[in-house]
Amino acid sequence: MAILINVETRIIVQGFTGKIGSFHAQDMINYGSNVVGGITPGKGGQTHLGLPVFNTVRKSVEQVGAEASIIFVPPAFAADSIMEAADAGIKYCVAITDGIPTQDMMKVKQYLRKFPKGERMILTGPNCAGTISPGQAMLGIMPGHIYQQGVVGIVGRSGTLGYEAADQMKELGIGISTSVGIGGDPINGSSHRDIFEKFEQDDDTKVVLMIGEIGGSQEVDAGKIAKEHMSKPVVAYIAGLSAPKWRRMGHAGAIISEAGEGAAEKVEMLQDLGVTIAPNPSSMGATIAKVLAKL
Amino acid sequence: MDIHEYQAKEILAGYGVKIAEGGLAYSPEDAVQRAREIGGNVWAVKAQIHSGARGKAGGVKICFSHEEVEAAADSMLGKRMVTHQTGPAGKVCSRLYIEAGTDIDKELYFSFLVDRAHERIVMVGSAEGGMEIEDLAENNPDAIRKIHIDPAVGLLDFQARKMAFALGLEATQISHAVKFIRGCYCAMCELDGNMLEINPLVVTKSGELIALDAKMGFDDNALFRRQKVSELRDKTQEDPREMAAADRGLSYVGLDGDIGCMINGAGLAMATMDMIELAGGEPANFLDVGGGASSERTEKAFRLVLADGNVKAMLVNIFAGINRCDWIAEGVVRAVKKIDMQIPLVVRLSGTNVEAGRKIIADSGLPIITATTLAEAAEKVVQARNEQVAKEEAA
Repeated sequence: MAILINVETRIIVQGFTGKIGSFHAQDMINYGSNVVGGITPGKGGQTHLGLPVFNTVRKSVEQVGAEASIIFVPPAFAADSIMEAADAGIKYCVAITDGIPTQDMMKVKQYLRKFPKGERMILTGPNCAGTISPGQAMLGIMPGHIYQQGVVGIVGRSGTLGYEAADQMKELGIGISTSVGIGGDPINGSSHRDIFEKFEQDDDTKVVLMIGEIGGSQEVDAGKIAKEHMSKPVVAYIAGLSAPKWRRMGHAGAIISEAGEGAAEKVEMLQDLGVTIAPNPSSMGATIAKVLAKL
Repeated sequence: MDIHEYQAKEILAGYGVKIAEGGLAYSPEDAVQRAREIGGNVWAVKAQIHSGARGKAGGVKICFSHEEVEAAADSMLGKRMVTHQTGPAGKVCSRLYIEAGTDIDKELYFSFLVDRAHERIVMVGSAEGGMEIEDLAENNPDAIRKIHIDPAVGLLDFQARKMAFALGLEATQISHAVKFIRGCYCAMCELDGNMLEINPLVVTKSGELIALDAKMGFDDNALFRRQKVSELRDKTQEDPREMAAADRGLSYVGLDGDIGCMINGAGLAMATMDMIELAGGEPANFLDVGGGASSERTEKAFRLVLADGNVKAMLVNIFAGINRCDWIAEGVVRAVKKIDMQIPLVVRLSGTNVEAGRKIIADSGLPIITATTLAEAAEKVVQARNEQVAKEEAA
């Protein structure tokens, strides 16, 4: 069953005809994702990669029944594109764009809250590698072939570290139900805990792997949810044990500026909440294997 | 991006926030000249470096004569100041701000910050100013008042009033306080600030509210639309290697160890650094080459890592998604040949086109050490580093 996307999900690409949008749209189509068209304002009516181009997201919802969108729009315009998707009735949106201003994301989050919960678009990202339900659909920029289908749900901030996890698991013959990148920005569309709730409800997911990093308090918040509301075991790895305070480590959100934001502190708090810790990035697969063996 | 106190004060003054009279000086003579222009008989001489807690580092001095101003200026200019925020390397002071002395009645704390958990701007205040907010949060958290701002409607006057009362201001000062707070808020919002801290905000003996210190930081992601803010960048306050990296579209952070790293993706880069430490080594840097790393970019990244004279061994760890291992391998081989590398190099490739990438490395004839897993890569680079150090010591 997987979460967020499956083999049937009707996908559109915002920023469809640009170089990056085209490249990844083709990649997603090759993977088997059900891409039904794309949006480039001003190019509506044209055909691109054999699919219809629309001027607005709403048109794509009306004409080809778009349900999910992926955003490759440049940072200055990305927030607007996300809100357009929400307004048009898109149910799930992945924002790949890196570099969206923080205040724009505050507006986006506030805008999404206007919608009643059942009708509110789910957003993951920005600044992420996207989401994949192996064997069904890929809504992202990851190398799809390293993800094997299975029972582990992954949620993580980092793209390549997520690949590392998927690869270690594949080596051990462990598959993934869905892998969700929530992105490295200070304000994300969905937090770890939001995705935890989805995995808890998904029958296909037996174990959840959280790949966190320094900065903010999201990982610990998710750990609290895991302790109080989840029946499924959670494994976590937190990157940045060697990261110094006050220095931004690549991701806009990866900065330790308050107590509790360092990796060691997060690990300690998560352990107290009953989360199984993968002590280092090479042991993510093996730790999952151990937890699976106990089920 | 951070700016200096004097720049933040200029911005705030433009938004109607009251500041003490002051001027910029680049030499002790300048400093005395500024003091003369300002007049009076008390001045503060303040080192302009990108850091808080300058007072403890000798970066703020109260002077009661022109001679004292000159001596204070002389003691600060050109000096490398180390605070807990600058790291051990410190920051060089090349500008001073000379300010009229203020008759302080009360010192308060005031700031606007980005609250990541609430996804809003939060206004923070405390009647106990002068202290750093981290210390205050630890010692007396009840003395801190936080008010969240709704991004849809912005700061409301009643919220500013609530803060003013929480700061213990008197009824006659409230309307001034609202104007002060609103000025700060507008500066933060309109310029895409990610922090604005007035510590201390002082009440003078005559009852005025003055921003005695001011610190502003800006969202790097928004600089594209804040040309005027970008122009305030002071490159002397930033690590030259980090600056060079940023100019080349690479994300680099210099660290104290001796194992150079080139990795794609911020998370994997942090994880690789963790593995190096676990294997007994210390990373010399964080470096994310990003997606689509061309061979030119790879070469630039190599030069950047090797420009750090401490580096004794280098690790390349690429998990190719958008990247392709063969492109990276070509870039690595070209860079090693061109740069004439004198230290050991460990390369771990994984992901898209990995076989082709490994073949290019193997066929190159270069003494590149290869690894297939992250753990193996970390162990090998630490071992290579140890051998290199032993070799250098023997020589």
